[in-house]
Amino acid sequence: MSLLLALGVGVLTGTGVYLLLRARSFDTILGLTLLSYAVNLFIFLMGRIKVGAPPIVRKGMAATLEHYADPLPQALVLTAIVIGFGMTALLLAIALRARAETGSDHVDGAEGESRENGV
Amino acid sequence: MVSDPNFLEHAIVAPVVLPLLAGAALVPIEGRWPRLASALSLATVLALLALGTGLAAHADTGAVEAYLLGNWPAPFGIALALDRLSALMLVLTALVALGAALYARDGEESRGAHFHALLQFQLMGLNGAFLTADLFNLFVFFEVLLIASYGLLLHGGGPRRVKAAIHYVAFNLTGSALFLIAVALLYGLTGTLNMADLAERVTRLPAEDAVLLKTAALLLLVVFSVKAALLPLYFWLPDTYSAAAAPVAALFAIMTKVGVYAIARVYTLVFGDAGGAAAQVAQPWLPWLAMGTLLLAAQGVLAASRLRVLVAYLVVASAGTLLLALGLGTAQTVGAGLFYLINSTLAAAALFLLIDRIGAARGDADDALTAAPMDSGRGRLGTAYFVLAIAVAGLPPLAGFLGKALLLKAATASAWPVPVWGVVLVSSFALIVALARAGSVVFWQAGDAADRGNPQAPAAQRAALPVLTLLVVAIAAFAGPLADYTQAAARQLFERRAYIDAVLGKPPAAPLWNPREGLIK
Repeated sequence: MSLLLALGVGVLTGTGVYLLLRARSFDTILGLTLLSYAVNLFIFLMGRIKVGAPPIVRKGMAATLEHYADPLPQALVLTAIVIGFGMTALLLAIALRARAETGSDHVDGAEGESRENGV
Repeated sequence: MVSDPNFLEHAIVAPVVLPLLAGAALVPIEGRWPRLASALSLATVLALLALGTGLAAHADTGAVEAYLLGNWPAPFGIALALDRLSALMLVLTALVALGAALYARDGEESRGAHFHALLQFQLMGLNGAFLTADLFNLFVFFEVLLIASYGLLLHGGGPRRVKAAIHYVAFNLTGSALFLIAVALLYGLTGTLNMADLAERVTRLPAEDAVLLKTAALLLLVVFSVKAALLPLYFWLPDTYSAAAAPVAALFAIMTKVGVYAIARVYTLVFGDAGGAAAQVAQPWLPWLAMGTLLLAAQGVLAASRLRVLVAYLVVASAGTLLLALGLGTAQTVGAGLFYLINSTLAAAALFLLIDRIGAARGDADDALTAAPMDSGRGRLGTAYFVLAIAVAGLPPLAGFLGKALLLKAATASAWPVPVWGVVLVSSFALIVALARAGSVVFWQAGDAADRGNPQAPAAQRAALPVLTLLVVAIAAFAGPLADYTQAAARQLFERRAYIDAVLGKPPAAPLWNPREGLIK
C-alpha cells in the first residue's frame, strides 16, 4: 500500500516535471496540474495511511489518533485543491490570451512556430 | 486609543480584514463609479497607514502581541502575531501602496478593469503574510497576494505583459507546489504548523528524522528565494517588473520583500540557533548566493538598455544586499539590512513611477537608454532622478549610504569580512556608474522637444512621485530613531522565546455569547 502510493506520487511528480519543462504552454499547464495532484496526494499521505477510520470524533471512542484518521491534512488538501484549481483556470486563460496576442503557444511567444515544425 | 486593550486586541487582524472588505466592496463599484472607487481605495490605504503606524508604536514598546483567529487556542487554531518587524513591514506596505494608489488615480486605473480591487486584495495578502504565525496560513496569504499580482501584472494588457505573466505564473505555481511539499513534510514530522509550536518541536525530533527535517527546511528556503529573488531563482523578475504598469511595478517593489521577511522570520524562529537537527540550515547557502545575486544584479544594471529593466535589476540588487545581511546572521547585520530595506523599497517604488513619467515626456523613445528630446519638466524629473539615484546607489547623504555603511560595519565581525566588503563595494560602484550614465544620457544628451501638447497629468498622479521622494529623504533625516527601531526589531527576531511565549501562551478570550444562556454579561 505504502509503496503503491509512494510510487503514485513519484510518477505524478516525474511526469509533471517533464511536461513542465516543455516549451508549449499547454504542456506546461498539464505538467503543473499533474504536479499539483502529486502534491495533494503527498499532503494527504503525511497524515499517515489509515483505512476505515473516521476523521471526526465519535462518542465512546477515545480521541487519539489510533482510532481516527488525522483530519488536518484533509483540511489542508481541500485548501490546496481549491487554490490549485483556481490557479490552473487562471493560467489557462492567460495561455489562451497569449496565443491570441502572439499567435503561438510557445511559452516565450516565439513567432511563426507551430506544432508542425517541431520543438 | 492605541493603548486601549480592546482596540489593540482586534487591531492586529484589521490590516487583513480592512483591505478584504474594501476590495470586495470595490468589485461592483469600480465599473460604474470609478472616481468613488479610487477615493475609497485611497482612503483604505490611508487607514492602513494610520493603523500600521499605531501598531508600530505599540510594537516599539517591545511587546509581542498574538491574535487568535476564531478564538481557537494556539497551536490548534491560526494565530497572528505582531512584533517590531511585522509592524515595520505593515507601515512600509501602506506607504508603497499609497504611492501606487495615488499614481493610478485618473491614470492607469482606467486602462483595465478592477485595478483598485486587485490592489486591495494584494494588500490583504501582503499584510497577512507579515502577520501570520502559521506556516500553512503563510502559504495561503502568499497565494492571495500572488493571485492579485497576476491580475495586476496583466493590467492594461499587451503581448509583453501576457508573455511575462505566463513565465511568472508558471514559476510561482511551481514554487507553491514546493511550498506545500515542505509544509506537508514538516507536518508529517512534527504534527504542527504553528511556527511557535514548530520552533519548540523541531528541537525534540528524533535523530532519524534529521534528514527529512533538513530537506523540508531547505525546500522552504527555495520557495522563499523564488519570492525574494535569490541567485538561481531571480530570472523571472526583470521581465515581469519591467513589463508591469508603473503603479503595479511600484507595488511589486514590496513583493520581493515578502520573501526576505519570510526568510528572516522562519530562519531565526524555527531553523535558527536552536533549530535542532536543522539549526542554521540556511547559513552555508545564504551569504554566498546573496553575494552572487548582488554581483549579477550589478551586471544587469550595467547592461540594461531600457530604464525599466535597469530599475528591475536594482530591485534584485537590493534583494541581494538584504539577503546578505540575513545570511551573515547576527542581530547587527540584520538590523542594518532592515534599515536598508526601508530605503531601497521606497526608492525602487519611486523610481518605477519616475520612469513612467520620463517615458511619457519622451514620446516614442519611451524608456530606452538613448538620447531623445524631452518635453518640458526635464528639471523636475531630473531632480527627482538625482535624489532617488543617490538613495538607491548608496551615496551620502541619503539613507542608502547609511544602510550599507551599517551593514559593512556589522560585517567586520562576521566570518568573511573581506568578500562581503568587496562584493558590496564593487556592486555599489557598478550601480553608481550605471545610474550616472543613464541619467546623463536621458537628461543631458537630449534637447527640449517642441511641446507635444501632452495634457497635464492629473493632480493625484503628480503628487505620488514627490510623496515617495520626500519619504526617501525623510528616512535619511530620521535615520537615528529608525536605525534604533530596526536594530531593536532584529534583536527581537533573535530572542525567539518572547515570540513563542506570546503565541502559545495567549489565552482564548472568554465567550461573549453561548447558545444556552444568550449574551454573557
